[in-house]
Amino acid sequence: MIDPIPSGTRDVLPDEMREIRAITEKLRGVFDARGYGEVATPALEYESTLARGDAAAAEPAYRLFDEQGNVLVLRSDMTIPIARVVATRYATSAPPLRFCYFAHAYRSVRPQRGQAREMLQAGIELVGAPGPDGTIEAIELLCEVLDSVGLDSYRVGLGDASLYPALLDVLGVPAAARAPILNELVARDFVGLEREIEGLGLADEASDLLLRVPQLRGGPEVLELPSGPAADVVGRLKRLHERFSRDVAERIIFDLGLSRSLGYYTGAIFEVYDGALGVPLGGGGRYDDLLARFGRELPAAGWALNVERLHIALVGEGERGERWG
Amino acid sequence: MGLNGLTIAVPRGALMGETLDLLDTLGVDTAEVRANDRRLLFGEVGIVTMRPSDVPTYVEAGAADLGITGKDVLAEQTEREVYELADLGYGRCVMVFATVAGDDPAAEALRRLGVMRIATKYPRIAAAYFERTGRQAEIVEVKGSVELAPLTGLADGIVDLTATGTTLKENGLVIREEITVATARLIANPVAHKLKAAEIDELLARIRDAA
Repeated sequence: MIDPIPSGTRDVLPDEMREIRAITEKLRGVFDARGYGEVATPALEYESTLARGDAAAAEPAYRLFDEQGNVLVLRSDMTIPIARVVATRYATSAPPLRFCYFAHAYRSVRPQRGQAREMLQAGIELVGAPGPDGTIEAIELLCEVLDSVGLDSYRVGLGDASLYPALLDVLGVPAAARAPILNELVARDFVGLEREIEGLGLADEASDLLLRVPQLRGGPEVLELPSGPAADVVGRLKRLHERFSRDVAERIIFDLGLSRSLGYYTGAIFEVYDGALGVPLGGGGRYDDLLARFGRELPAAGWALNVERLHIALVGEGERGERWG
Repeated sequence: MGLNGLTIAVPRGALMGETLDLLDTLGVDTAEVRANDRRLLFGEVGIVTMRPSDVPTYVEAGAADLGITGKDVLAEQTEREVYELADLGYGRCVMVFATVAGDDPAAEALRRLGVMRIATKYPRIAAAYFERTGRQAEIVEVKGSVELAPLTGLADGIVDLTATGTTLKENGLVIREEITVATARLIANPVAHKLKAAEIDELLARIRDAA
């Protein structure tokens, strides 16, 4: 008899598990060496907890009721649970606090898309370390773990969640007009973005800037282009660039149009790309307001890698059997 | 010249001719593609051909760096994680709501039965449109020859894409409302968009000049 499992979930058998473990053990070794303590939190949280962190984070999750009728959800990422842990269990500890985790997160899927409902994430949270130092530590650690598993040709796209809102501020775009513009940006629709921007009736120069900036990506030279309105944010990216080690700096693609779906990011945001896979391997960023929502006002940054995608990219790069297994 | 080493998903069907014309102006040799109706993959010039509705699937997965398909396809598959880089202008079609000529049977159904049955190949576009305009509609998805549905009593009306309206007219249907205009769009894989930024931007500039 064949009993099916839900679409987007899977069983892991020993051959695959051996390779996954080889990856996670290397990551764990780096986390240990850098002073990141491993934590585990429950897969189930109160819906109200996740919603406090980010309304979108609680929305697509799996809901159920406990014996008292409370609404429980399966976590959709580890950042909010760790923010809760810091505020409740480390309420008086002196920052910075460094945590790492290996945990499954749950998302809803569209039918017949081959998307995962349950994914294994490996990540870190660096709490109480403001930018730029904290951001640099987080990104350098990200590159160190990717190097440790032997991923060869990865790049880290680096942008800033506050860049575009700052640009809209300076150019005096009314609040009511912003939601449709930001929607087109998140939907990656530059045709729609152009339509929305033209509808604003701004001066040509301002329209050009709003349309051109989110399409700028590449080496540090892209930071030279948009002078003026976005200067503060671009200056922040420049200062990061100056302080990265050479190896890390070579991995960075500055991306002034980068946006991430979760709403809690406040500053630098980043994503990991590898030519062997058509989707990002993971990402993260700064969320300096999130901890305050749980009662401890601390700046923080973190990232998560999708371990299964990392595995696919490693296999795709042809490293299989040479570096492990 | 050419595609700068990028790969592109080219739609077969109505958009194919003008897409190949565009690629010609970019210096891509499309002679093989034009001459060969059955072959699907033309690796030597970076072209892979497929149904328009499959283009976002291949591009999202990174099986092709770029793709060209209609806005109708993209609007029906909004959750695809691809960049929409440019409106190429050609392949102009209109998404319409049509019923048989004479008294509007859909309006009659809505008035007397509270709901109208709408046949379409674009269930999400159709559902969103009637929701937006405050009408209750029951969407029936069909895979082809949508015009048949109102003639046989399967549906009260249809939502479909039309370029000239000829097929509608020949089947005794009239356009009641125009929903949106669709043209060919250039899309890109999100990872290729970052890792091959210079190549994509240079190609995009040449496409804009050619348009």
